[in-house]
Amino acid sequence: MGHESSVPLFWRLIKSRYQLVGVKCKTCNNVFYPPKYLCPVCRKEGKLEEIKFKKTGKILTFSIVRSAPSGFEKEAPYPVAIIELDDGPKLTSQIVDWKEEDLKIGRKVEACFRRIYTDGKEGIINYGLKFRPV
Amino acid sequence: MKVAIIGIGLTKFDEHWDKNLRELAIEAGTKAIEDAGIRGRDLNAMYIGNMSAGRFIGQEHVAALVSGELGLSIPAVRVEGACASGGLALREGVFSILSGQNDIVLVGGAEKMTDIMPDYVTTTLMGAADQEWEAYYGLTFPSLYAMIARRHMFEFGTTREQMAKVAVKNHHNGCMNPIAQFQNEITIKDVINSTMVADPLTLLDCSPITDGAAAVILCKAELAKKYTDTPVYIIGTGQASDTLALHDRRSLTTLDATVKAAQMAYKQAGITVKDVSLAEVHDCFTIAEIVATEDLGFCKKGDGGKLLDEGVTEIGGKIPVNTSGGLKAVGHPVGATGIKQAAEIVMQLKGEAGKRQVKDAKIGLTHNVGGSGATAVVHIFSR
Amino acid sequence: MIGIVGYGGYIPRFRIRVEDIAAVWGADADSIKKGLNIEEKSVPSIDEDTATISVEAALNALKMAGINPKEIGAIYVGSESHPYAVKPTATIVGEAIGAGIEFTAADIEFACKAGTAGIQMVMGLIKGGYIKYGLAIGSDTAQGKPGDALEYTAAAGGAAYIIGSKDIIAEIEGTYSCSTDTPDFWRRDTAEYPSHGGRFTGIPAYFRHVITATGGLMHKLKLKQSDFDFVVFHMPNGKFPVRVAKMLGFDMEKVNPGFIIPKIGNTYSGSSLLGLAATLDVAKPGQRILVTSYGSGAGSDSFSIKVTDLIEKKRNTKKIQDYVKNKKYVSYGEYTRLRRTI
Repeated sequence: MGHESSVPLFWRLIKSRYQLVGVKCKTCNNVFYPPKYLCPVCRKEGKLEEIKFKKTGKILTFSIVRSAPSGFEKEAPYPVAIIELDDGPKLTSQIVDWKEEDLKIGRKVEACFRRIYTDGKEGIINYGLKFRPV
Repeated sequence: MKVAIIGIGLTKFDEHWDKNLRELAIEAGTKAIEDAGIRGRDLNAMYIGNMSAGRFIGQEHVAALVSGELGLSIPAVRVEGACASGGLALREGVFSILSGQNDIVLVGGAEKMTDIMPDYVTTTLMGAADQEWEAYYGLTFPSLYAMIARRHMFEFGTTREQMAKVAVKNHHNGCMNPIAQFQNEITIKDVINSTMVADPLTLLDCSPITDGAAAVILCKAELAKKYTDTPVYIIGTGQASDTLALHDRRSLTTLDATVKAAQMAYKQAGITVKDVSLAEVHDCFTIAEIVATEDLGFCKKGDGGKLLDEGVTEIGGKIPVNTSGGLKAVGHPVGATGIKQAAEIVMQLKGEAGKRQVKDAKIGLTHNVGGSGATAVVHIFSR
Repeated sequence: MIGIVGYGGYIPRFRIRVEDIAAVWGADADSIKKGLNIEEKSVPSIDEDTATISVEAALNALKMAGINPKEIGAIYVGSESHPYAVKPTATIVGEAIGAGIEFTAADIEFACKAGTAGIQMVMGLIKGGYIKYGLAIGSDTAQGKPGDALEYTAAAGGAAYIIGSKDIIAEIEGTYSCSTDTPDFWRRDTAEYPSHGGRFTGIPAYFRHVITATGGLMHKLKLKQSDFDFVVFHMPNGKFPVRVAKMLGFDMEKVNPGFIIPKIGNTYSGSSLLGLAATLDVAKPGQRILVTSYGSGAGSDSFSIKVTDLIEKKRNTKKIQDYVKNKKYVSYGEYTRLRRTI
């Protein structure tokens, strides 16, 4: 049972992953998702507070995973993308409910709640946000 | 600054079903020690680059493993920076000598990747990426570089054919390198038609899974001539870091860490990019070589593909890149790559590169990257 | 006054046609289509389950209700296919919609009427002054045993209802339930697929309870068939609800807006609630809807729901018919991959 099966590792980030909660630095006004624990711009002078981002954005770049890592074999092929949220931050996730013409740089997408990884028949289910074309 | 390399040793890079990690490390280590004309007991310390023996073979503490197997009780340190582990180990070895602490050190890199199933190799390699925000969503390394490729094609018009030419060139070079895993010529069509791994990258765009080890012996510049008439010197080293996750980078088509590491190395060596005779760059995927040639300054940002069209980076071209065959054809036993790159430059600068020899090779460059660009390390070599 | 403050549904987009299932088992597709009055059913994507469907439905309901999710005091999710046998779906939903930590929650099981049972539980908490808003969800990713008759109808989907006493778009005028120990359809703890009593699931089960509950509701509230503009019955197939409507004296015209089963199949705990949502999507202020769910094991919950003036202003989310129409067909092979049977 490696880190893929870790309960605390997954649980700790539930709020961030389920609700798209990141941080905003009150000192430099930069916003970050995934959340940072230290403002990389201001460092010592930074003051971070929680902020929930809008679930809409656009595709900056994408690929389709055909050779999957362990645990994702049955889901391949699946598209992955770097998405720029309308609120600013960039994140990485999968694209779902897609047609070929949706995989385009600039395509508008919105977050939706999906299973990410299931640890066999007895382990926990990791959920999170993937993105679908709008 | 000046640190001498007085010996090199390499195993064949291959799927070594018969050899375990320690055997590969010993083979490369003893070859290097013999090549340098020293005895094991002359070594003051060793630095071993290894990315993930813990997950590949359940073994941590690998530096101690290697020193123990060599019968030495000297300081032994494992250095890890994902795929840049070898290059980082080299840098640590260099610093230990420049600091005055050590006179002669062994710097090696080794990786044993084929004892686990391919899907677990993919998962293990993703340890080089952001576990919580990239690996979590089922990303793989090919898909990360595929996203860089897609963006590079979008921003600069880089084509599939140009990317394929990297693999074709490197395979051609690999045919002339006895330690290369692949010794077959391939065509652009072969690359484009091979199995899709992560669109648009196909199997032949990707460096393979390999076992192998490489080692070099470093010593104080003043002591070099004691051991060899033809020392090669490291005259500059640079390293930089960037955000672990690709999505946090300033740019999706430039590895800022490479740019910074190169500038640092050029400055320390007192040279400009124009002085570089040849380079071993980090072609974990074909697009990576294209991006690297731009970020190292061999051409303008966006023109990396053109270098392939114009044959600039072929042996015989203006600045040959990956004369060894690169990661693509030689193979990529992760921790060993950075050291293998150094060994290739040493052979080239000594005129011992056989059929792959670059004429008048005076100054060489190695470029080793960790992950999707979070670590980059550059070394400059000279006769 | 107690009623619906916001509602929302979700139906996954994959569909499999009766013909494609029948071809695998060498069955006569036409007679199945005629016999069950169904054309195709919804199939969840490989990364969808009852929790993800519940979250989608709940977010739609929240959008319509326009309330702060932290004001939700109770979350109940009714399903036969909770992702965990032990670990509630309700808390996964609570976290995903940002409900904070101050709420009570539980998962419910009562076959296909678990969702409506949740609505009744929430009604009680609100009327008792314990909570301001409650969220009740009925959703399922039903599994049909390969080769069994139920394979043609077992589908995936869900609907969520936020109940409150302020700003309601439809008043719940009353509710009436009946429950008996009738084992018409069941699944043992370790069994992968449910079992059923064949024709026993008809008269002694579905019809007895739906008729008893509907009749009981109308009697209790002193309402007649003509007082209702729409009627929604649980839809295990395309025949039972049509027949029971006739037996109870309701025209098909009143049944049609909620009658989505021929195109999406039986969404189990989501069935009557999705039918209600589809009806609410077209209902006008002042119109009255009768909903009767049915859960095997067995029981029915019946409700009388009267639409208020507020509904036209608040109806701002994807309509159920939009979900019905947004579809992509899959082959039987893809279906087994998505359902993780291979």
